[in-house]
Amino acid sequence: MAVSDPSLSEPGLLRQVLRSRSLIIGVVLSALFIGAALVSYVWTPFDAETMNIPNKLKPPNLVHWFGTDHFGRDIFSMIMVGARTSIAVALIAVGIGMLLGVPLGLASAARRGSWLDELIMRGNDLVFAFPALLIAIMITAVFGPSAVNAIIAIGIFNIPVFARLTRGSALSLWTRDYVLSARVAGKGALRISVEHILPNITNLLIVQGTIQFSLGILAEAGLSYVGLGAQPPIPSWGRMLADSQTLITLAPHMALFPGFAILLTVLGLNLMGDGLRDLLDPRLRNARR
Amino acid sequence: MLRYTLKRLLSLSVSLLVASIIIFLAIEVVPGDPASYMLGINAQPDTIAALREELGLNVSAVERYVNWVSGMLTGNFGTSYTYRTPVVDMIGDRMWISLPLALYALLLSTLIAFPAGILAASKRGSVADTLVMGITQLGVAIPNFWFAMLMVLVFAINLRWFSAGGFPGWDGGFWLAVKALTLPAVSLALPQASILARVMRSALLDTLGEDFVRSARAKGLNRRQALWRHALRNAMIPVLTIIGLQFSFLLAGAIIIENVFFLPGLGRLVFQSISQRDLIVVESVVMLLVFAVVIVNFSVDIAYALVDPRLRRRS
Amino acid sequence: MTNMKTGYVIAAAVAIALTGGAAQAAKTDIVIGLQLEPPHLDPTGAAAGAIDQVVYSNVFEGLTRFASDGSIIPGLAKSWEISDDGLSYIFHLNEGVTFHDGSAMDAEDVKFSLDRARAEDSTNAQKALFADIASVEAMDLATVKVTLSKQNGSFLFNMAWGDAVIVAPESIADIKTKPIGTGPFVLSNWVQGDRIELAKNPDYWGSAISLDKATFKFISDPTAAFAAVMAEDVNAFMAFPAPENLPQFDADPRFKVLVGSTEGETILAINNKLPPFDNVKIREAVAHAIDRQAIIDGAMFGYGTPIGTHFAPHNPAYIDLTALSAYDPEKSKALLAEAGFADGFTTTLKLPPPSYARRGGEIIASQLKAVGITVEISNLEWAQWLEQVFRGKDFGLSIVSHTEPMDIGIYGREDYYFQYGKPEFQALMAELNATTDPAERTSILQAAQTMISEDYVNAYLFQLANTGVANAKIEGLWANAPTQAVDLTGVSWTD
Repeated sequence: MAVSDPSLSEPGLLRQVLRSRSLIIGVVLSALFIGAALVSYVWTPFDAETMNIPNKLKPPNLVHWFGTDHFGRDIFSMIMVGARTSIAVALIAVGIGMLLGVPLGLASAARRGSWLDELIMRGNDLVFAFPALLIAIMITAVFGPSAVNAIIAIGIFNIPVFARLTRGSALSLWTRDYVLSARVAGKGALRISVEHILPNITNLLIVQGTIQFSLGILAEAGLSYVGLGAQPPIPSWGRMLADSQTLITLAPHMALFPGFAILLTVLGLNLMGDGLRDLLDPRLRNARR
Repeated sequence: MLRYTLKRLLSLSVSLLVASIIIFLAIEVVPGDPASYMLGINAQPDTIAALREELGLNVSAVERYVNWVSGMLTGNFGTSYTYRTPVVDMIGDRMWISLPLALYALLLSTLIAFPAGILAASKRGSVADTLVMGITQLGVAIPNFWFAMLMVLVFAINLRWFSAGGFPGWDGGFWLAVKALTLPAVSLALPQASILARVMRSALLDTLGEDFVRSARAKGLNRRQALWRHALRNAMIPVLTIIGLQFSFLLAGAIIIENVFFLPGLGRLVFQSISQRDLIVVESVVMLLVFAVVIVNFSVDIAYALVDPRLRRRS
Repeated sequence: MTNMKTGYVIAAAVAIALTGGAAQAAKTDIVIGLQLEPPHLDPTGAAAGAIDQVVYSNVFEGLTRFASDGSIIPGLAKSWEISDDGLSYIFHLNEGVTFHDGSAMDAEDVKFSLDRARAEDSTNAQKALFADIASVEAMDLATVKVTLSKQNGSFLFNMAWGDAVIVAPESIADIKTKPIGTGPFVLSNWVQGDRIELAKNPDYWGSAISLDKATFKFISDPTAAFAAVMAEDVNAFMAFPAPENLPQFDADPRFKVLVGSTEGETILAINNKLPPFDNVKIREAVAHAIDRQAIIDGAMFGYGTPIGTHFAPHNPAYIDLTALSAYDPEKSKALLAEAGFADGFTTTLKLPPPSYARRGGEIIASQLKAVGITVEISNLEWAQWLEQVFRGKDFGLSIVSHTEPMDIGIYGREDYYFQYGKPEFQALMAELNATTDPAERTSILQAAQTMISEDYVNAYLFQLANTGVANAKIEGLWANAPTQAVDLTGVSWTD
C-alpha cells in the first residue's frame, strides 16, 4: 500500500465524519437494519413462521408491536427475519458484480483500445440494453423462483456497473507518474493493475458498492413482490407487501411496516454512500473548498 | 467522424445479432409447452400434437431462428401462439400505451427536476437546497410499487379522483386517456425526478466551478447570471444523457407499475406471454426493447462525438 | 391534428348524448370484471375457462345447456328422444335460429360441429366428451340423430359443455378472433389486454334480453380488482380473486356479494407412486395432519365447504366423508411412526398461481411441519406446473382445484398425475357408464367416493366457493358456477 490515497490518514477525519449529518443518519439507519438482521438469528419476539390463524390481522398492540398478518404471524419478527433475506441477496449480488466487474474493468483499461477492451465494453453495453426485470423473469421461468435466482438476476446487472466504473477511473490512473515509472521499471500490466491501480480505486468501489447495495435491496423487494424472490415460508419484505395488497384497507399496518422498512434501509444506505463519497473522494472535496 | 460512425454502426449490428442469439437461446431452454398450456389438463396427447403441428412448433430450432430473424428484418414478427394475431399488431397496440406513458413520466420528471435542481444549485446550502436534497433522497429510496399502492388507496379508493387503473383507449377521448395514465406516470416519475434533480444540481455545481464560468464571474456577472447564461447550457450534457437512459428504462421498466394499474402495456404483454409460453411474442418484444436501448446509446455516443471538443478541433 | 381534435369533440358529444339518454330509463349496459383474459374466443379450441366465461351462452350455444343450478336444460335443441337401448339420441332443433352472420343454423351445422370436435386432427381440449359418438346424421333440417358406440349416461350433460357448442362451418377460419355463434350477443370490439365488448344480437331467436351492451374488463391483479370495484370502474366482478375483501363489499350498501357453489374440488394432490406416499399409512397421516377449517379460514377467509372426497357437496349423490380424515395430529404422528417415519421426512409442495394454492400451501406447510413432515414449497406458473407436476409427475404434493364438473372419473386413469388408477375403481366407472337408472348411478357414485376416500388417494380440502360482487342494482347474475360461465341472458338493472 505504498501509494494509497492520502486522504484517509489526513488529520481531522473524525471531525469530518461527525460534521456530515447525512453520513451519521445513514450509518445509524443502516446499522439499525443490519443489527435487526443479525439479532434475528438469536432472538425474535415471536417465531416468524408460526401461524395463528384465529389471531390474524391484529393491528399493532403491546404484544405484537407491528400487528399480525393474514395468517396471524408477528409482523415485527417477520421484518427482522426479512431484513436478513434482503441484505443477503443484495450483498451477494454486489459481491458478484464486484468480483467479476472489477477485473473486467481493470483488464479493459490495461489493454485500452484493443479488441479485448472493445469486447468487454460492447458486452457491457449489451447487458445494459437488456431490460433487467424481464431477464429476471426469464431466469425464473427457466430455473424456478428462488432467492438464488434473484441474486443471479441482480448480480448480472451489477457486473457492467463495476466494470465501467473501474475502467473509467483506471484509465486516468494509467497516465499518472507513479504508474508510468512502474512501467519503466518493467512491471507488467497485471502487476500494475493489482499493485497501483486497484488500491487507488478502492474508495470509489466502496462508495459505488454502497449505492449498488441499496439498489439491490430495492430490486430484491421488487422481485419478491412479483413472486420471483425468496420462497415462503422464508419472510421477505417484497412478498409481505404483495400479501398486504388486497388487505390494505382492512389492515393498513401490513402494508406500512414492510414499506417503511425498505424505504428506511435504502435511504440509510444512500445517505451513507453519499457521505462516504464526500469523505473519501478528494476531488470532490477539493472542488468544494 | 465518418469512420467513427461506421465503426459504431458495425459494432451496433454485431451487438444486435448477439442479442438476438442470446434471446432465442434463452427462450429455447425455457421449459413448458404453449400447446399443453392452451389445452389444459384434460387434453389428450394426440390433440396436443395436432395443435403443435398447427402452431408450427414441430420445426427445428435453427429453422425457427432463421425464420424469426429474417421475418423481423422484413417487419414480420410472426403470429402469437395464444392470441393467433400478428405479433406486430399486438406490439403496435401496446406501444400506444407504453410510449405515451414513458413520455408522460419523463415530462413530469423533467418538469419537477429542472426547477428543483436549479433552485438547489443556485441557493446552495440554503433551506431550499436541504429540502430538495432531502425529498429527493426519499424519492430515490421509495419502492415505486409501494408508492403506487398508496396512491391507489388515497386517490382512487378513498378520494375517487382517478380510476384505479385500466385504460379506456385513445378513441375514448384524449383527456380521459391522460387521466388514466396520470397515477402510473406519477409513480414512475417520482424516483426518476429525484435522480434527475440530483444530477442537475451536481452538474450545475460542477460547471459553476469551471474556469470559463469563473472568468465570466470575474467579468462582473453575479452567481445567478453566470448560472443562467453559462452553467445551465453546459450542464445539459450529463442531464440529457440521464434523460436518454431513463426513457429506455421507462419503456421497459414499467412492468410492475403496469401490473399495479392493470395497464395493457408492453411490459405486461411480455410478463403475460412468458407465463403462457407465447414465446414468439416474448422474443420479439425483448428484441425490440434491446433494439431501442442500443439505438439510444448509439445516438448518445454520436452526439458526444459531435460535441467533444477534441473531435471538433480535429475537423 | 385538426382531424384528431374534431374526433375528440364528436366522441365527447356522443358520450354526452349516450349518458343523457341512459339517465331516463334503466341502464342497459354493464361492465363485468374478470380475472383472466381469454387467449382467443373459440371455446372448442382451448381449455381456458376464460373463453367460456365470455362466450358461453352469450355468443355460442350448444344443443343443451347448463342452468344456474347445474341442471341440464334445452339449448338449441328444444327436445330430444333417447332410444330404449340408450344408444341413439334424436335432437329436435329450434327453428328460425340464425348465426350472427345471418346464415341459418340447421342440422348440417350440428353435424359439422360434432364431427369437427371428434375428428382425428381436432384440437378440442375435451375430446373425451365426444369419444362415444359413433355417427352423427342430419335427418332433416331441424332433426339430428346421434348414435353412440356404447351407452353413456352423461351424454346430454357432455353436450352442454362450452366445448360442444354449435359453430358455423364458414366461420371456422377466423373463429378465434371473429366468433360467429347463435347467442344473444355479438362480439363488437376486443381491445387485447384490456376488454371485450359485446353488443345485443337484434335477431336473437330466444327470449328477449334486457342488456344492449356488455363489456368484459380483464383485471388479473387481485388488488387492482378490489380497487376497480371500489372505484365503480366495473359494475360486477365475477369469480372475485380476493375473498378477504368480500366482507367489506358486503358492508357497503353500493354492492352485493354473490356466494355460490362451483365444481372445484380443491385437493392436496399426492403422488401415489412416489415413496413414501405409495404407503397408504403415510397418505392417511398427511390427511390427519391437515386442519381444513384453518385452511378455509386462513386462505379463503371462510368461503368454502369442507369435503372428504372428490365430489361436489351440492350434488345429490354426495356423501360427507370428512370424518375419515378428521384433523388429528396425534393420530398422524402415530401413523407416521407405524410406517417407519417417526422422525418425519422431507418432500416437495409445488404450487400453481391461484391464491387458494399459494396461501393454502403456506398453511399446509406449517401444519405438516407440526407432525414432522418438512415440505419445500416451490411456486410455479401454470406452464411450469403442467410440465413438472401434471405431465412430468415430478412432485410429492401439490394443491389444485379440479374445476371440471363430475370429474371423479379421473381416478380411474392410471397415468393421471396423482397416479391412482386402481382396477377396482376402473370397474366401478365402467359400471357407471353402462347404467342409466338414476338410483343405481347414485349408489355407484357413492361407492366410488368412499373408495378414494378410504384409500386416502389425495387429501381433500374444500369445495371452492363461487364468490362474486356486483352493484346492488343488478339482478340475474349466476351465483353458482356449474360451468365457468357468466350468463348474461337474464341480467338486468333494477332502475
